[in-house]
Amino acid sequence: MTDIAIVDYGMGNLRSVYKALEHVAPKSSVTVTSDCHVVRQAKRIVVPGQGAMPNCMQELDSHGLREAVVEAATNKPFLGICLGLQMLFEDSEEGHVKGLGIMPGKVVHFPAAAMKTADGQKLKVPHMGWNQVHQAIGHPLWQGIADNARFYFVHSYYVETTHTDAIAAQSDYPFPFTCAVAQDNIFAVQFHPEKSQLAGLTLLSNFAQWTPRL
Amino acid sequence: MGLAKRIIPCLDVTDGRVVKGVNFVELRDAGDPVEISRRYDEQGADELTFLDITASSDNRDLILHIIEDVASQVFIPLTVGGGVRQVSDVRRLLNAGADKVSINTSAVLNPQLVAEAADHYGSQCIVVAIDAKQVDSSTDTPRWEVFTHGGRKATGLDAIEWAKKMQVLGAGEILLTSMNRDGTRNGFDLGLTRAVSDAIDIPVIASGGVGNLDHLVDGIVKGHADAVLAASIFHYGEYTVQQAKRYMAQHGIEVRL
Repeated sequence: MTDIAIVDYGMGNLRSVYKALEHVAPKSSVTVTSDCHVVRQAKRIVVPGQGAMPNCMQELDSHGLREAVVEAATNKPFLGICLGLQMLFEDSEEGHVKGLGIMPGKVVHFPAAAMKTADGQKLKVPHMGWNQVHQAIGHPLWQGIADNARFYFVHSYYVETTHTDAIAAQSDYPFPFTCAVAQDNIFAVQFHPEKSQLAGLTLLSNFAQWTPRL
Repeated sequence: MGLAKRIIPCLDVTDGRVVKGVNFVELRDAGDPVEISRRYDEQGADELTFLDITASSDNRDLILHIIEDVASQVFIPLTVGGGVRQVSDVRRLLNAGADKVSINTSAVLNPQLVAEAADHYGSQCIVVAIDAKQVDSSTDTPRWEVFTHGGRKATGLDAIEWAKKMQVLGAGEILLTSMNRDGTRNGFDLGLTRAVSDAIDIPVIASGGVGNLDHLVDGIVKGHADAVLAASIFHYGEYTVQQAKRYMAQHGIEVRL
């Protein structure tokens, strides 16, 4: 039986996520899969994804994985990364597509007019590089990670949720935006733990051991 | 505090070894790529860039093995460039463990490649590398032209206009190298860096000419670069990445320490 299934719906390169999980959880069986049965049977699932939201939702459907992912979000430890975070929400400005609607809120683009530092320097989009993650709640996945530790980001859209209790962390670019959410068995992040050196590996290691109350 | 400016050591790779060229011609051997990558990761490098300068296509696949080895030991973003001609080359590199692929000569020969690759894999993994050289200008405003084939071929394209076009086609980032400065250790071409960075909305990595730590500071502060790339100052052990970052922090630049 698979301990950790990484859901492969054709959006981006999952090798880094796989290698990083293998590194932090050498005793777990980690599989990259597009088979909904494997997703259903796995003890934990990771939903990564890079690229554009419209393709993401389309690919999820064409691989027949939507139901299995929605189901996993209700019954087992679930880690969403990048698009795997964005797809949890109701809809996205990117291509005006509907997300899975598991969490209330929407995905929006960094507004061009706001992209300046306090001293007037232009801020680039995509938001690319290492930014500080301000933890908003205590959570088993933050264990051993200093508050304000830096993680690697690369994205042009971010989530705005009306369910503020679910905000697990925020970053500033230049205004505070939600970069991690937590709800029951779901933890999802905008940054890339698989590319965030020690802080990221610690988060993945925490996930591999996390037993949320269900 | 917000987004940190990035420091990116660059590894020029040929036939499976790291080398560094002076003015893109004379090559010196600098060591094993996996060992060097691990050292830079431990020193706090924010990303690593590999440029495959292997001349013969017979040895092109050697870079894939290097990337596979590095990607299973080093958990920071890896960019790979050199010899990327078609979308299938992008796919091979991403599958080997690259996070971003850098396209240079082929972007000029076939700009649609940038659009296709970005459509397929997302802008976040498509870097367009621009090699620019200052050329005579009929006015007082300086002009930089895009060169290809490792700096040997003039294209007639204006570097600033080219960078704007690449952004429109879907590039997620520009790796900007000054051919006048590369290998000279005289510092970045700050005029070029600033002109390109101010003209576009995507991040710019300054490259070419770093000889000391003040050059890195200048690239960010005066050149408005989002990241700075350097090779020889790190390869030959003059400075560690950590020393470079501390120096930049002392000069008011936000870095990941």
